[in-house]
Amino acid sequence: MKIRDLWTEAMAGMLARPVRTALTTLGTVLGITTLVITLGVAATAGNQIVGRFDELTATSVTVEVQENEGSPLVGWDAVDQVTRLRGVESAAAVSEARESANLSVRSNKLVDPARAGAQTLTVIASTPGLPAAVKGRMLQGRYFDAGHLKRADQVVVLGEQAAAMLGITRVDRAPAVFIEGRAYTVIGILGAFRREKGFGGAVMLPPTIGRRYGLRDVTRVLINTSLGAVDLIAGQAATALSPGNEGMLQVISPPSPTRARDGVQDDVNGLFLILGLVSLVVGAVGIANVTLVTVMERVAEIGLRRSLGAARRHIAAQFLLESTLTGLTGGVIGASLGMVAVVAVSAAKQWTPVLDVRLALAAPAAGALVGLLAGLYPALRAARMEPVDALR
Amino acid sequence: MPEPVIALESLSKEFPTEPPVRALSEISLTVDKSDYVAIVGPSGAGKSTLLNVLGLLDRPTSGSYRLDGVETITMGDGARTRMRGSRIGFVFQSFHLLAHRSVVENVMLAEVYGKHDRRTRRARALRALERVSLSHRVDFLPDRLSGGERQRAAIARALMGGPSLLLCDEPTGNLDSHNTDAVLDLFDDLRDQGMTIVVITHENEVSDRAGRRVRITDGVLSEDP
Repeated sequence: MKIRDLWTEAMAGMLARPVRTALTTLGTVLGITTLVITLGVAATAGNQIVGRFDELTATSVTVEVQENEGSPLVGWDAVDQVTRLRGVESAAAVSEARESANLSVRSNKLVDPARAGAQTLTVIASTPGLPAAVKGRMLQGRYFDAGHLKRADQVVVLGEQAAAMLGITRVDRAPAVFIEGRAYTVIGILGAFRREKGFGGAVMLPPTIGRRYGLRDVTRVLINTSLGAVDLIAGQAATALSPGNEGMLQVISPPSPTRARDGVQDDVNGLFLILGLVSLVVGAVGIANVTLVTVMERVAEIGLRRSLGAARRHIAAQFLLESTLTGLTGGVIGASLGMVAVVAVSAAKQWTPVLDVRLALAAPAAGALVGLLAGLYPALRAARMEPVDALR
Repeated sequence: MPEPVIALESLSKEFPTEPPVRALSEISLTVDKSDYVAIVGPSGAGKSTLLNVLGLLDRPTSGSYRLDGVETITMGDGARTRMRGSRIGFVFQSFHLLAHRSVVENVMLAEVYGKHDRRTRRARALRALERVSLSHRVDFLPDRLSGGERQRAAIARALMGGPSLLLCDEPTGNLDSHNTDAVLDLFDDLRDQGMTIVVITHENEVSDRAGRRVRITDGVLSEDP
């Protein structure tokens, strides 16, 4: 028997009962659709997670500096060493101290109930690169620079919430604030923080004057890297900041986005894969049942074919091919529906759909495999039939 | 002298029931080329068993069966299947046409398992249909044919591949007298063209048209005068 004849006979067998074939296919369609949606949506959602990580978290490294009795572990100028590393986009050193966390800050020296009174605010010291390091924006004025530091200018920058609390909305007339009674000129208001949002309620000082409030040593270094450089910088930052004391610095880098994505995919996949596989098994049982019923109905046809010279293997091959084609059809339809569903979900969520071409090929193959396995027993039953019994 | 198409010698068939049933008992029969033989007998006499053995659909318990001079008893399943496909054409009482395939496709089915040229298969099927005067029905589905036409389509299928033996099991059992005559006329024509025909029937009208009649009773074969 030639392959083309086998194909023709199997196709004719399938198309002889189109409604039944369609209903038989439905089980596989449901199973494959569920599987494709599961894997497609998981990949798409995972990709979305990666996108969000890429946007912010995946490029942020924080180095925490332990308190040291002797000389500071990280000097204020050490941040320049980090900035030189390839892959670092911005960095700033920050000093925060317990004693500067709740300082009395006023916008005037008058005790007037009608005006804003003293506020308890956090005061921090930082290097000039802080706005870029916290991915913030100067809402008013400017941040202090190397010149301010060099001259030890009595200037401060307010976080946007701190400015609002103190009633300061403009800096063009050089308003002053009083920290613990000492006057400073406000030269800018920093806001729109995308990192270290808590700094919005803080008063930021140059390190040269921060030491008045216990802000002597660098406690944290905030680093932003370019995409994909985070692991590299996390490995190099401690050495660049304090050679020989790497062990005393704690480098905090975000979890690998790939790991996070895989984690999400595993969670989603685990649940829905089981659902998809159950549907697929139900589909397989459906194909097996219907093929078995078809074999019983086509006993006379089997007898006729045997009388025309069909060997047992020809009969088995025809029924196997029919069930495989049924599964394959279910797989192709299921894969298509699944892909459409993934695109629809992505469109609804405004995600970028991630469709793996391997999935598009594997899904029909899985359908065909289900059909093949489901058809094994009925095909063997058909092949075992004695022609004399089949023709009776 | 040419080999007979069928040569049965002391052929027996026993079914292993409890107690065992001997359906064919020491049967010897020779059918030459162009013979037209009717096998008659009452129901349960062993006619169908004999037809199954002659058609290589069933194996005898003992004896010898040579088809076209080839001993079939010692053949394996595969060789018997190939011989059945190439040397024997079957005509059944209930036609056994595939309902969802056209007449010509039903006829072409006879060569699907053989080694004939696939490209010329349709032409051969059309010639076979022409032989049974059914050229005007080639693309019809079987359910649009009359009983006689269906049986003629089945005969065309049996003739495909050039068999040396036509085995017919009650070929007119489902036909009216007009269609019966048409089918029997066709058998006469085929016999005249050199086809060997063995017909199992319990209808006298059919057996009377055969050149030779053998009777089977309780598994024992006897030649009718």
